[in-house]
Amino acid sequence: MRQKKAVNTVCFHLFVGFLGFIMIYPLIWMVFSSFKESSLVLSTVGQLFPSKWCTDNYVNGWSGFGGTTFTTFFKNSFIVTILTVIGNVIASAMAAYGFSRVKFKGRGFWFVCMMITMMVPSQVLVVPQYVIFHSLGWVDTFLPLIVPEWGGRAFFIFMMMQFIAGIPQELDEAAEIDGCGKIHMFSTIVVPLIVPSMATSAIFSFYWKWDDFMGSLLYLNSPKNYTVSIALKLFCDPTAVSDYGAMFAMCVVSLLPVIVLFLFTQRYIVEGIAMSGLKA
Amino acid sequence: MTKQNQAALSPALRRRRLTETGIGYLFIGPWLICFLAFSLVPFVISFVLSFMDYNMLSAPTFVGFSNYVKLFTGDKLFKTSLGVTFRFVFIAIPLRLAFALLVALILNRQSKMVPLYRVVYYLPSILGGSVAVSVMWRYCFSKTGVLNTALQAIGIASNISWISNKDTALWSLILLFIWQFGSPMLIFLSGLKQIPKSYYEAAECDGAGPLVRFFRITLPLLTPIIFFNLVMQMIGGFMVFSQAMIITDGGPMNRTLVYALYLYRQSFAYYKMGYGCAMAWVLMTIIGFFTLLVFRSSSAWVFYENEIK
Repeated sequence: MRQKKAVNTVCFHLFVGFLGFIMIYPLIWMVFSSFKESSLVLSTVGQLFPSKWCTDNYVNGWSGFGGTTFTTFFKNSFIVTILTVIGNVIASAMAAYGFSRVKFKGRGFWFVCMMITMMVPSQVLVVPQYVIFHSLGWVDTFLPLIVPEWGGRAFFIFMMMQFIAGIPQELDEAAEIDGCGKIHMFSTIVVPLIVPSMATSAIFSFYWKWDDFMGSLLYLNSPKNYTVSIALKLFCDPTAVSDYGAMFAMCVVSLLPVIVLFLFTQRYIVEGIAMSGLKA
Repeated sequence: MTKQNQAALSPALRRRRLTETGIGYLFIGPWLICFLAFSLVPFVISFVLSFMDYNMLSAPTFVGFSNYVKLFTGDKLFKTSLGVTFRFVFIAIPLRLAFALLVALILNRQSKMVPLYRVVYYLPSILGGSVAVSVMWRYCFSKTGVLNTALQAIGIASNISWISNKDTALWSLILLFIWQFGSPMLIFLSGLKQIPKSYYEAAECDGAGPLVRFFRITLPLLTPIIFFNLVMQMIGGFMVFSQAMIITDGGPMNRTLVYALYLYRQSFAYYKMGYGCAMAWVLMTIIGFFTLLVFRSSSAWVFYENEIK
């Protein structure tokens, strides 16, 4: 019996390990390819390890195109992403508290509106949004990518509401009797208690914005304003690319912030998804 | 006396309610402003624009239903893109969910390695939306890519470019979609953890084998989660865009021209913005229809524990 169990366990690890390896092999391949000599990248696909490790690809790739280096693209991406995360988290936490614990006229109506926004495909809004941002003179600035995020996201609001629902109502009442107003209660009692859900929101907000391609494609026209995603798309365009090593090198670099964040925060992510069924 | 008290109290109470309302709107304020400006107003404009001709240069002109009529009668690519999207959604989503459930079942055991496996299986989902992964995918499925090299290594001669062959191009996108099965997997995994062990023990005592246990216990108890995953994934599947644009750009021969990509071209390459809005409303109707269908059918196949009497 015990022997059978041991065989079972070995089979489990072999199978799961092998499948996992196949799953992330393309990523591993890309990382190793970025260290090959550029001319050998597509001719030595079958050989995983480079015969000669070189870092030229990273130097060549980083110089970017049209006189703009990836330093600019990364700076832009970080500005857009960080401002988005801050706005997303603050506004979502505020709205979540408002919807959960403040009784005001119209609460039910606005809550339904918020839930509906989760179901409306972004394609419906994209053209009018473009027209609006165009008439505001915001095209080719970061504003269309950042400002709408300062209203929070329905997903995050909903997730934080689940967390707030777990805070006992008596706590509110006790604080109120002690003369603590709603605003004070929010900042001193509720926020510290919902930090885990705020962290999960911040992480997802970061991922989605960092990877966002559509927004950059629509609103950023000049290379000095490009974020990494649109710059990478143009840098890797099949009709323009000739330096495959540099292409893969920049792909790897563009994934680094996401991978680093993921490795440090995967506990939050796993719990966050399990709790609220976030899509990603 | 008490009446007087009440009369004195009620304006105070009313004032309290009023400030409560003020505070409520203060809290939801940022969300409300952005909702009105960037969701509600565009939503209404989008509907109006779908009955107009608009190219951003000249003022919009009212054309009645002609955008919709043209979509359904005069636009071949509309039908093509709709067909591509349906094929994509109805192949990729069941496969993604099946794969997610299968891996969740395998990983649902006590082992020190499980957290590591979970990370490995989830990693593609975290990276999958990025431009870098789409670029990588292009070279994995190209003529001299990773897939062909691997096939040759195990003795299968394969010389086609998967992304530019008209029969396989869509499959390379479907595979990319399935590859990112991480989040439904995690949701299934947490659902599996909630099924009481005693159910399985009781079934085992009655002599039920693993297959019977799966079909009689696990699957019925997971149906609410399958339902949830199905709805979420379906909405996302109909909107797939950036991968199709970066990997194949709709080609070869429009075999991967997904709906959102065609909509983008009409709106922002040809600047037929009224037409694009009409397409968006058709898309929303389709998504709404299938969501409703899933909801309506749910009473037949979704099992809730409180049904047991």
